[in-house]
Amino acid sequence: MAAPTTLPSALADAVRDESSLRRFLHGLPGVDQVGVEQRAAGLGTRSIKKASKLHAIDLAISMVDLTTLEGADTHGKVRSLAAKAKRPDPERPDVPQVAAVCVYPDMVKTAADDLVGTGINVASVATAFPSGRSTMDIKLADTRFAVEQGASEVDMVIDRGAFLSGRYGQVFEEIVKIKEACGDAHLKVILETGELVTYDNVRRASWLALLAGGDFIKTSTGKVQPAATLPVTHVMLQAVRDWKQQTGELRGVKPAGGIRTTKDAIKYLVAVHEVAGPEWLDPHLFRFGASTLLNDLLMQRRTQLDGHYSGPDYVTVD
Amino acid sequence: MSDRLTVAKTYKLYIGGKFPRSESGRSYPVTDSKGTFLANAAQGSRKDARDAVSAARKAFGGWSGTTAYNRGQVLYRVAEVLEGRREQFITEVATSEGVALKKAQSLVDTAIDRWVWYAGWTDKIAAVLGSSNPVAGPYFSFSTPEPTGVVAVLAPQQSSLLGLISVIAPVIASGNTCVVITSQDRPLPAITLSEVLATSDVPGGVVNIITGRTAEIAPWLASHGDVNALDLTGAPESIRADLERSAAGTVKRVLRNKVNEDFTATPDMSRLRAFLETKTVWHPMGV
Repeated sequence: MAAPTTLPSALADAVRDESSLRRFLHGLPGVDQVGVEQRAAGLGTRSIKKASKLHAIDLAISMVDLTTLEGADTHGKVRSLAAKAKRPDPERPDVPQVAAVCVYPDMVKTAADDLVGTGINVASVATAFPSGRSTMDIKLADTRFAVEQGASEVDMVIDRGAFLSGRYGQVFEEIVKIKEACGDAHLKVILETGELVTYDNVRRASWLALLAGGDFIKTSTGKVQPAATLPVTHVMLQAVRDWKQQTGELRGVKPAGGIRTTKDAIKYLVAVHEVAGPEWLDPHLFRFGASTLLNDLLMQRRTQLDGHYSGPDYVTVD
Repeated sequence: MSDRLTVAKTYKLYIGGKFPRSESGRSYPVTDSKGTFLANAAQGSRKDARDAVSAARKAFGGWSGTTAYNRGQVLYRVAEVLEGRREQFITEVATSEGVALKKAQSLVDTAIDRWVWYAGWTDKIAAVLGSSNPVAGPYFSFSTPEPTGVVAVLAPQQSSLLGLISVIAPVIASGNTCVVITSQDRPLPAITLSEVLATSDVPGGVVNIITGRTAEIAPWLASHGDVNALDLTGAPESIRADLERSAAGTVKRVLRNKVNEDFTATPDMSRLRAFLETKTVWHPMGV
């Protein structure tokens, strides 16, 4: 197996072959379930008010991957989403742009054309999203197509079946190959934590994705319940923090699915700050995969600035 | 003397079909008309009002979408449950308002009748306020009254049950949902009414009842961007102008009535009409 980057000896040893990979992943310390859930709940009670809340809202807006992944998507819907990404709140030009627009591969060109020169990335899901149930050739073709169409970020799904039955080598190879097919595009690896059952598995999958070269580890497709939860994101943030300690490289985390309110988003930001570190409070290293969250952030922003509660009549309905 | 311990009741808010304590954790003592302590009621805060508005907004689609006939049935069912609690209401109205039992009895009976009166209106509003308009062209043109949306109701300060019912019933009869700030000093009948609503067929969130200081919570509702109308009935004279001004900021319908409205008198349609919008539809003829 080929390691994608030059790794320190301990990690290079882990990716030497399938059995050493298994030994490494199973040698990772177990997650204290009660501990991590309690810690996540504890951090969730932090009170963020006034100026810090406003700052958190703007930061969260700049971290949103504005997503539409519906069977009923149309080019028109993607265009209106792109317009919203550029100017989330048309009446308030000081609202930051979102980080990216996330669509299916066939919609990438529409989004990319509308976002030229804005600095907003186009992310595309690929590799037989959301189930990941297809052959390697099709997954690679899916990825190449997305990149050709202009995607600068690719969100791949791992083969959960292979992962759960212990074929770590196969999952590793897949990520490595997709990463090659991405070229310059950033690769986000969706672990679909709702299907991984245990926190130990989440930690193993996170390390597996990091070892294979994923630029981001992402919780969920949004199609499976439970999607992103705070404790799962905690475990993933620990993984990128430990990765930085061992290799010096910065990798990102993207919780996706089920984050709908500003309150939730701020809880995640607190977790990022406390678990990974302030460095990760940056759209290059932390993203929210969301569709309805943006409207709530905009309403809360108006509430903070106007001094009275806002409502959905004052934001675009998508 | 019985050695049984009395079971004291915790008076809570009614938001989204649930009975939460105030988010603020505050409560305030409620006394009868002579100043004797009756109970501690939850003292609602602006955040309770905010939660109530989102509950009301969530319930609006379903409630306004039910047929007028069905709404009438649901409201009539409330009257049935009110009737079952008649004795409790009589005691509470008598202690809260300091009136004799006989007077309280007649107030409660009028209140229940008032509810039935409005329940009967649900499927007649469109016939009375709507119209088929004669137009100079090959079109049908219809105007139909539609509910405004979420209505913030400041309940009357004096009339604790009859007044309360006289302001809530017309709002929900036409399909609106509401957030009610009860009488500040006489909130107990309102809390019992919320128990009636919770045990009848009214969906959670259609009526949300908050006890507390009117002058503290009302400004937040008046300026709230997701509230469509404001009933000023129980607003203290001193803050009325301010409330109207902030309501104008988000173009709310505002109902300003006489300060000491007599609720025992038979009502007219004005309260029903206040929270309706007219929708006119043109439809080509002969297609």
